[in-house]
This record gives sequence, structure tokens and C-alpha cells, in this order.
Amino acid sequence: MRVLEGKGVTKYFGGLAAVCDVDFNVNQGEIVGLIGPNGAGKTTLFDLTSAALTPKSGTIRFKGKNITGLKPYKICRMGVARTFQSVKIFANMPVLENVLLGSLFGMSTGMSSADAVKEAGELLEFVGLSAVKATPAKDLPLAHQKRLEVAGALATKPEILLLDELMAGLNPTEVVQSMELVKTIRDKGITVFMIEHVMKAIMSVCDRIMVLHHGVKIAEGTPQEIAASKEVVKVYLGEEVRAGS
Amino acid sequence: MNIAPVTSKRLFPLGLLFLVLILLSTLPIYGPKYAVILLTDILLYVILALSWAIFSGPTGYISLASAAFFGAGMYTSAFLGKALPLFVVVGIGGLISSCLAFMAGTLTLRLRGMYFIMFTFGLSQLIKHLILWWEAHVSGTIGRFVIIIDVITVYYVILVLFVMALLIAYLIRRSRLGLALQSIGENEDAAAHRGVNVTVVKVITFALSAFFIGAAGAIMATRWTYIDPSISFNPLYSFMPVLMAIFGGLGQLYGPIIGGVIFAYLEEVLITRFAYYYMLFFGIILVIVILYLPNGFVGLIQKWRKRPLEGQHAST
Repeated sequence: MRVLEGKGVTKYFGGLAAVCDVDFNVNQGEIVGLIGPNGAGKTTLFDLTSAALTPKSGTIRFKGKNITGLKPYKICRMGVARTFQSVKIFANMPVLENVLLGSLFGMSTGMSSADAVKEAGELLEFVGLSAVKATPAKDLPLAHQKRLEVAGALATKPEILLLDELMAGLNPTEVVQSMELVKTIRDKGITVFMIEHVMKAIMSVCDRIMVLHHGVKIAEGTPQEIAASKEVVKVYLGEEVRAGS
Repeated sequence: MNIAPVTSKRLFPLGLLFLVLILLSTLPIYGPKYAVILLTDILLYVILALSWAIFSGPTGYISLASAAFFGAGMYTSAFLGKALPLFVVVGIGGLISSCLAFMAGTLTLRLRGMYFIMFTFGLSQLIKHLILWWEAHVSGTIGRFVIIIDVITVYYVILVLFVMALLIAYLIRRSRLGLALQSIGENEDAAAHRGVNVTVVKVITFALSAFFIGAAGAIMATRWTYIDPSISFNPLYSFMPVLMAIFGGLGQLYGPIIGGVIFAYLEEVLITRFAYYYMLFFGIILVIVILYLPNGFVGLIQKWRKRPLEGQHAST
């Protein structure tokens, strides 16, 4: 079943086509990677999906329902959660409250405060932050802040989680831990759509990869297919030049 | 072991508050009239600071619309004071301010930072001049008289409004609405993406906070007996709540209360003793506080409280 589906999604910034006529889909239970050079339009595509931006044209559907142009809080409550490239946490709020917010507001059906606190605690356990419950979020190291943001997004009980460069800025050990985290999230039944620059991670975690370049989708396939694709290699490394010519 | 200090910590401010409230509510019986009037002024400032802080404290949206709400309450009193009983007038004054805040909020809470500040200040001025224009061209007289209510009744109404504002502020801080407001102040985009309907949260809280400012205006108008647009929409009522709340400290509920009390008392003392230098002294004190106490008086108190605790940790 298709959880997320975009058709002809287009967004201009001034005269620049940040995302141009992109079709994409994410199936239930998949981990789909979104890669491409800087400025390819990856984050813009996420922004359009989560309604941080509205597309110029095209439609985005979540489980068959058109969600284009809805408000961000509605999309979140329907079951689409996201994290941000530059971590957006509630810096002066304690770690627990960061997560609690999602439990209290992120679902269309209300939840009692006691249940929400319990659930936020469980999620902190899940991402391994239960020891720092009461610490203000800004005092955590980057890797923990990223995990906290994931926990906060998970608190809204999403069916699909959009992760924008979860591993950027992390050291190799932390990257491995993050990869494990992504896999366990999928094992919980949550579909994952992720932007990533760390190739090792994306190649080993994703079921399917999409490549954007200059706002256009240039390739899609399994990690092996993408690694072998001439066009992708060209985009990342530049064209092959024959000696002597 | 852990529970005992927590409960005593909670009980102490509660008991103190209770004691203060009992003293305040019995004041007219034993206190001189001057004390009643002075405390009315102090409580008015506290209400203004507290109501302002309900919305602007956690969200960081600096509203300069307080004068608009305060003045709207005053004019309600001038129009309806003779026709309706006092409590109804005060209630309507509050509701009109709430409606005003609701409309202004729906229009402008998309604005952030500087733009919101400027708009709210513009709103106060716009309403002032609108009423001035209306009085000059339609009703024919500028300014109007308000029915006179005795000092003690005014005092009790203000006291009730203070208790209500305090209660609402406390409940909001404790509730999920408070958490939502704080998350908006920390990172509005992230809050929206966590399912918080930021517009509704902001507009409702803005309207709620305006209620107390409007109601306070409605009752205070009766003490001043004569009002005109320059008196009721005095920009000072926009700036004072901000200054008092920041002066006291926004981190805790009692910050704006302390700020309001100190400001009102300081104003009283400075005006009576140094009438000519009043604003000068006031300015100097304010500059010193902003420079050296960035978290207000509350920040200072918390620093003092923490110090012995840190000493304990070091010794063990």
C-alpha cells in the first residue's frame, strides 16, 4: 500500500525551480532514501510534504487522501511526522517535555496527561535518553538532540516519519547507532522516508533510493541499482573525461 | 526522603499566598484609606503585568496592545456605567477587550518579532484616534464622565480580578495549553509540526489575557471619574506591563507580580518625594536592572537560592 504519494510536485523560489514535476511514492513498511547533491531540492520536497511550504502545482497524498495545502498541525495529526536538518528542538524545555508535546498534541484523538507522560517516558527509553529526562534540551550533545527530535516526532504516533539528515554531523559510532535506530523504527511498523548524505548508512539501511538533482528526479531503485547507475555517478563525481581528448 | 521537601516547598508559597490574600481582603476594615488606594494602584499594575505575561511571557510575542485593551475597558465603563450594575459593566469591559484581542490576533498573529510589536502598538494608537475622531465629529464632546464608585468597592473588584488573573495564569502554566505556549516561544515551526494548532493557541490566549486588562480598565475608570482618549489609551499602559514583567522576571509566575508591586510602589514614592526627578530615577533603575539582572528579580532570587545548594553538593 502506498503511504505517501506525490504527483507532479513543483515548487519555485523566485525563478528557480527547487522541485520540478517530481513524482514519488513510499510504500507501507519501507525505508526509502532521498539523496542528491546540495541544493537538489531534497529538503524542499520534505517541506512540501509536511506543509512547511505549499507547492506551486502537483498533489501529495497520504494513504490516498489529498493533503496538499493542509496546515502542518493537521498533517502531523493525520500521521506524518518529520525532523529537521538543523535540529529544531525546544531548547529551554526539559527533555521529557520536548517529547510530551508530541504525545499531547500530535494525535487527532486526545490523550490523558498521565498516559502522555508515560508514553513520553517510554519513547525516551526507546531512543536511550531516559537518564536525562529533566535536562534542558539545549544542554544535550548534538547526537542526543537528534535522538530527542526523533523521539518527539515519534510521540505524535506517525505512520510515516520523514528524517532530514539524521546522521549529519555525527561520528562513525553515532552513525551506526542511528542506523540501528532507523531500523528499529521501521520494525515498529513506521514507514521511513529519509534524506541522507552518509552513503554507507543510506546504502545499508534503505530498501529503495530516489535521487534528486536540480529539483528533478533522475533515478530511483534499489541501493545496488543506484550505486551502479551511470547518471548518479555523473551527478556526484562529474563526467568522465578521457585522457588526451 | 524525597517527598518531604517537595511538599513543604509547595506548601510554603501557598500558605504565604493565603496569608497575603487574607490580609488584603480584610485591609479596608483596619487599614487607612490611603493604604486602600495605594494597594488598588499596586494591584492594578500587578494585574496588567500578570495578564500581559500570560500570553507574552511564554510565547515571546511582545504585545504593546495593552493600552488598547485597557482603554476599551474604560470606555465601556463610560458608556454603560449608568445603565448596568457594576459587575456586569466590568465583565463586559473585559469581554470587549477579549473580542478586540481575538480580532487583532486573528489578523496579526501570523506576524512575528518586530512586526507584531509594531502592529500592536499601532492598534492602540488607531483605536485612540478612532475614538477621538468619533467624539469630535459624531458625539460632539471629547471626553466623558464616569460614574463614581466608592474606593472600597473599587478595591474589592480589583482584588477579585487579581485573584482571577493569578488563578488563570497558574492554571495555564500547569496545563497543556501552557506547554503549547512555551513550545511556540521556543520554536514555533517545530511546534506546528508536532501537531500544535499554533494560531488557535495564540489567539485564544491573547484574548484571555486581554480580558483582565479590559476589566481592570472598566473598574479603574470609575476612580478617575473623567476620561478622554488620551487618558484611557495612554501609551504608558502599553509599555508599563512589558517593563514590569521583564523587571520582575518572566521565568516564574511571581516575577510579574514582584515587578508590578515594585513599580507601583516606586512610582508612588518617587512621584511624592521627587516629583521632578521621578522619570529620571525610574529610568536609571530600569537601566541598571536590565543590565545587571537579565532574568529580572526572579533570576536574582533563584541565584541566591541555588548558591547554598551548590555549597552542599561541594561538601558532600
